[in-house]
Amino acid sequence: MSARARRPPVALAAAAAVVVALALLPIVYLVLRAADDRFVDIVTEARTWRLVANTVLLALGVVLASLAVAVPTAFLVTRTDLPGRRIWGAAAGLPLVIPSYVAALALLGMAGERGILADALGTDRLPDITGYTGALIALTLSTHPYVYLLTAAAFRGIDPSLAEAARGLGVGPYRRFLRVTFPAIRPAAGLGSLLVALYVLSDFGVVSLMRYDTLTQAIFLQYRSLFDRTPAAVLGLVLVGLTVIAVVAEQRLRGRGRLSRSGPGVQRQAPVIPLGRWRIPAIAWCATVAGAFCVMPLAALVVWLVRGVLNDRTIAIPWSEAADSLTASGLAAVVAVLAALPIAFLANRYPSRPAAVLQRTAYLGNALPGIAIALSLVFFAANYLPALYQTLAVLVFAYVVRFLPQALAGAESAIAQVDPRLEEASRGLGRSGFETLRRVTVPLARPGLVAGGALVFLSAMKELPATLLLRPIGFDTLATEIWKQTQVAAYSRASVPALLLIGLSAPVLWLVARDARLTSSPEG
Amino acid sequence: MVAVAAAALLGACGGGDKQALTIYSGREEEIVAPLFAKFTAATGIEVQVRYGDSAELAASIAEEGENSPADVFFAQDPGSLGAVRNLLAPLPPATLDRIDAGFRDAEGRWVGTSGRARVIVYNTDRLQEADVPDTVAALTDPAWKGRVGVAPTNASFQAFVTGMRLALGDAAARAWLTALRANGVKTYEKNAPIVEAVAAGEIDIGLVNHYYVPLVKAEQPDAPIANRFLRAGDPGALVSVAGAGVLATSGQAEDATAFVGWLLSDEGQRFYVDEAAETEYPLVAGIPAKAGLRPLAEMRGPAVDLTSFGPELSRTVELLRETGFLT
Repeated sequence: MSARARRPPVALAAAAAVVVALALLPIVYLVLRAADDRFVDIVTEARTWRLVANTVLLALGVVLASLAVAVPTAFLVTRTDLPGRRIWGAAAGLPLVIPSYVAALALLGMAGERGILADALGTDRLPDITGYTGALIALTLSTHPYVYLLTAAAFRGIDPSLAEAARGLGVGPYRRFLRVTFPAIRPAAGLGSLLVALYVLSDFGVVSLMRYDTLTQAIFLQYRSLFDRTPAAVLGLVLVGLTVIAVVAEQRLRGRGRLSRSGPGVQRQAPVIPLGRWRIPAIAWCATVAGAFCVMPLAALVVWLVRGVLNDRTIAIPWSEAADSLTASGLAAVVAVLAALPIAFLANRYPSRPAAVLQRTAYLGNALPGIAIALSLVFFAANYLPALYQTLAVLVFAYVVRFLPQALAGAESAIAQVDPRLEEASRGLGRSGFETLRRVTVPLARPGLVAGGALVFLSAMKELPATLLLRPIGFDTLATEIWKQTQVAAYSRASVPALLLIGLSAPVLWLVARDARLTSSPEG
Repeated sequence: MVAVAAAALLGACGGGDKQALTIYSGREEEIVAPLFAKFTAATGIEVQVRYGDSAELAASIAEEGENSPADVFFAQDPGSLGAVRNLLAPLPPATLDRIDAGFRDAEGRWVGTSGRARVIVYNTDRLQEADVPDTVAALTDPAWKGRVGVAPTNASFQAFVTGMRLALGDAAARAWLTALRANGVKTYEKNAPIVEAVAAGEIDIGLVNHYYVPLVKAEQPDAPIANRFLRAGDPGALVSVAGAGVLATSGQAEDATAFVGWLLSDEGQRFYVDEAAETEYPLVAGIPAKAGLRPLAEMRGPAVDLTSFGPELSRTVELLRETGFLT
């Protein structure tokens, strides 16, 4: 309790405030652009509310579908004697490294009315999946790994002594699940759902390909065909409003579950649950998820590649694009973790209402479409920092602004798990606060920090709209290479950078997946 | 990245030498990169190119204002050029006079550099050319129920609807859109997916720009697709342009102007006939289009001023919303 009374060091509070202020630059830009007579008209227009309804329906649908797919899979992979657990686990996480636009293209290529599947089945045509259904499937495919990775970590981190105590008290298996297991994974499932919802709010690629109109799709349309920045900015602010609701809802749903381990101690594995006669259905479930969400998009890419080779298309391996992708995404990961540290440390070690608000505010820009973030930085950099405009620095900054919450998700839980008494001991030995952070906190929190950085890295590898506008001239990433080829319908050529992107991202995904501590007790 | 650094170093060390010209290109790298190489070979002027979406680059230029690093804006459509026309410098008469007045900005701030025609793409396994309508009016016929594809969010479809509105009036355009929708028209994100859907037999015909057929055939050589040109004078037979303009803030106005002038030189125009991966129309008189394309002179679509598209577009989008094509 002593922590509550303490005031944070000025340097720490200032660092956190500066990071959040910078992360809010895109919103400042939107406010500048939305300050117009038309503001009220646009917000109250029936059309705006239709777009809000479409967007919310899609976000809720994808969150529910992701939970339905990912939580049972995470349970089976982490807690049972399911054969092939490692493979099913890898397959459940892997779609995170597939750009969602590519996944949607693959979905249409495979399961479209006259796609590869229709051919293979010998049927004239399959039902049309474009619209809500297609957007729901493609976005669930791309985002359910957020829920899977976080809940799998939570399942692994459950303290077996709690369940044992419940069993000792004569509580049956179903009530044990409701009273012990469910509360333990609820924070992880909630945080995963928040990341899913924010992703859906900001997505343009999938909804435009699937022809489902959302706020983000309407924002792009404003820029692309009407060249009118005011309505785009107003709709962007509406999106920020939805983000606030999502962040607050997550906070509420996370509840007061504090089923953390009683002490850091040696991690004891919870007992493995034998599946018995549920074994076959469990395998069938995992195989269906892996087949639809992992094998299907990869198979489509391979089919395109083979088709290109058979048609004698010149297909080059984009090594220099790969190098540029790795450089920018790697830098973004490091900077994002450094930026997240003071916020997470402040909120956790010096809990107060302002600190909590600051921490949650850092999430607000995350649901903005990439184009809005890109144009805001075009505006600020070109006019106020021309020397840095269109340099790698501003591109990395844009990635950090877009993906800061992912670094925060890792940092918050990691710091929560470091025992503050160790830091106090360090301070007692005469080390400064900064020195303690560097020598004690960061090393102990490293796995969670690395996992957060890895999430940022994976997102930056896939980022397109901000990359296109802010990259230095001649700086081509794998994502821009995929874009360049799909623009001229050259899917066989696009499949090579897509497969390379997936191949380079997969090992980094492993960093996230292996870290069981990622969110096992966000409330500390 | 090494190349970027090297280019920057060369630029910095060049001293009195000319800096590379900065081009913002909304046109696809796969298509125009060879054109830029030809320009440099012909003039010795180096270029560095930022590729992106035309409209997003236009929005960027607007946000950059006076600090825009761009010297030239090379865009897919008159709409993107029109959106930043106040930031473009008037071009010299020698350049403007190379093309028909219908293909350039009224005040000479940008010029069209190549033409694209609206056509109906069709599946050659299912249809003979004579079976395919050569007027957009026929697309609302029950015979085509559920067989037609359009791309309502795409700039070229919106330009076509604008042309129709200006030619026939809003009421007729609205009636056509309503009937088209009642006829079970399918919608796609943009032109290429329509051509692919026609190739796959998902739909039988689609309203697209004419140059996508060779692009899709490069990917699927056996794709059963071909274009049907619309009859002369049809409200759908719009010829639009890709074009270019020089930024008023350019520090290299002379080279930039030379570049736009070169795009309309015989050499720059012959690129579309002899080399380009697709088949756009050259706009300069006396340079005939690739074989198989209907000559530009016979197209005669709706007589509309391409410059007026910008202001008209919001009305078009409103109409597309009222008829349920857009939310």
